[in-house]
Amino acid sequence: MPIYLFIFRRVLVTIPLLIGITLVSFLIANAIPADPINANLPQSQLNNAELVAAFRAEWGLDKPPIEQYFTYLNNLLHGNLGRSIKTRQPIAEDIARFLPATIELATVATVLGVAMGIAFGIISAVWHNRPIDYLVRILGLIGVSVPVFVLALIGLTVFHAQLGWVAGPGRLGARTPEPPFFTGMLILDSLVSGQWNTLGDAVSRIIMPSMVLALYITGLISRITRASMLDVLSADYMRTARAKGLRERVIVLKHGLSNALIPIVTVIGLSYGTLLSGAVLTESIFAWPGIGRYMFRASTSQDFPAIMGVSLLIGVIYVVVNLIVDILYYFLDPRIRAA
Amino acid sequence: MLVGVSIVIVWLLGAFFAPQIAPYQPLAQNVSARLQPPGAYLWGTDELGRDIFSRVLYGGRITIPAGFLVIAVGATIGTIVGAIAGFVGGVWDELLMRITELFMAFPTIILAMAITAALGADIRNAIIALVIVWWPSYARLVRGLVLKVKRNEYVEATRCMGASGFYILTRTVMPNCLAPTLVLTTLDIGNAILTFAGLSFLGLGADPTSPEWGRMIAVGIDYFDQSWTWLFPGMAMATLVIASNFIGDSLRDIFDPRMR
Repeated sequence: MPIYLFIFRRVLVTIPLLIGITLVSFLIANAIPADPINANLPQSQLNNAELVAAFRAEWGLDKPPIEQYFTYLNNLLHGNLGRSIKTRQPIAEDIARFLPATIELATVATVLGVAMGIAFGIISAVWHNRPIDYLVRILGLIGVSVPVFVLALIGLTVFHAQLGWVAGPGRLGARTPEPPFFTGMLILDSLVSGQWNTLGDAVSRIIMPSMVLALYITGLISRITRASMLDVLSADYMRTARAKGLRERVIVLKHGLSNALIPIVTVIGLSYGTLLSGAVLTESIFAWPGIGRYMFRASTSQDFPAIMGVSLLIGVIYVVVNLIVDILYYFLDPRIRAA
Repeated sequence: MLVGVSIVIVWLLGAFFAPQIAPYQPLAQNVSARLQPPGAYLWGTDELGRDIFSRVLYGGRITIPAGFLVIAVGATIGTIVGAIAGFVGGVWDELLMRITELFMAFPTIILAMAITAALGADIRNAIIALVIVWWPSYARLVRGLVLKVKRNEYVEATRCMGASGFYILTRTVMPNCLAPTLVLTTLDIGNAILTFAGLSFLGLGADPTSPEWGRMIAVGIDYFDQSWTWLFPGMAMATLVIASNFIGDSLRDIFDPRMR
């Protein structure tokens, strides 16, 4: 199957799922026992009949529910997620402002977590049932078991307050100048503009939160890597490779890992959802101004439209990431290409 | 496995006998002894002078049953949905599984946050939200198992004997799907406890005064220098979840020896 046809098919499967996500978030948004007008407009505007009528018309609240849903979809397609009660800004603008911080954090965490997870998993499988295997398995168990908010607090106390190895919460210190805006991701922006002090501060501040998130991913991925590698390492072609006199490193990494990669990639895709969940908790501890913290603040101040906007966005991101994973299969497994 | 079981038992006993063991009332404040480090008070006191050891014991009475309840209800609903989808098949299968996939399209805590925000933040609603988030993975698992089991010859034999569909499903098919489902529940309890505490941590579960573990740890954001305020509830959760995951892993190794 040619690649474009494969991608086209995958995207086609994703569309009903995306529509479903909007349906679920619409249903939840309408399940609130309170009047949506009370829930969405601040007290000061409730007495203003004109504003209430405008809100009613914008979201079609005087129409039957099905029509309301299509109004909602139409608003979504125009990038209208409603207005946050707390910040008084359109939610789409809020999200655009906070999203780069989360993407930066999530990317660093994924890279760290996947690298450590695969490395640990291979070590664990190669030295199967040796002390190092037990050590890795215990670390993996701790990684998936200790809540991220506890890890975050321990990390802050030990590495920031006690040892002083890393800077404290926040993306940048109060006295560090912000780099000019290109992508909103501070590490990239300061690299591009050559502000090395800012880069140092940004890196020092991202290490702790991303490590906390990465530990969970490391736990998940080292487990699945170990299991998948163990499966592959006992296959016949591994014995053949060894009989050919190939070096052990080539056998494990080339013949072993490339065949064990499919389940690992699946878990990487799934763990992205956990990562986004973890980001809500981690960002609120590290005062990281991303969408996780935005959602945390929204949820503590009953800012309902903002909560719905962010969860819709995260649902969509999650679906898209898993779409990308599906497409990756195509490159990883020649059998899918042939089918 | 033995270690895991004993740790879980210690916490269960601690929570059960909290009124007998705890030296103080979990809500009793002693403002003159705020933020005392461990010493006179076994694990120190929090920002309102409440004894942390007592609060952790009482907290087990909220966090642990909440986790169990989520799994029990979620697994039951998921099993029923999955069994119907797998056994009846056809249009029902399609419909039920599409709905299941929809719920799985959201990361757990995000969907739970949206639902609790809609219902209002308290323990009951947090549990309802988690059940809504939790059942789909069971529906998926059980459907797969039922599809596999119902092809067996003994199911065909029961059908030939004139048994009704309901009888076949409940008496011949389901008993053979139970073991893997139970393994998933043990693996999942730790996760449910983590997520419930996470919701409370965010202020969407137990109310701020209650000694729920996640709620207690949230104090650490403001008082992280007084590490005992959040470290002990944190360790309580960590040990409990590690232990239950350990039990789950061991059970899986027994039922699914390929992973060993």
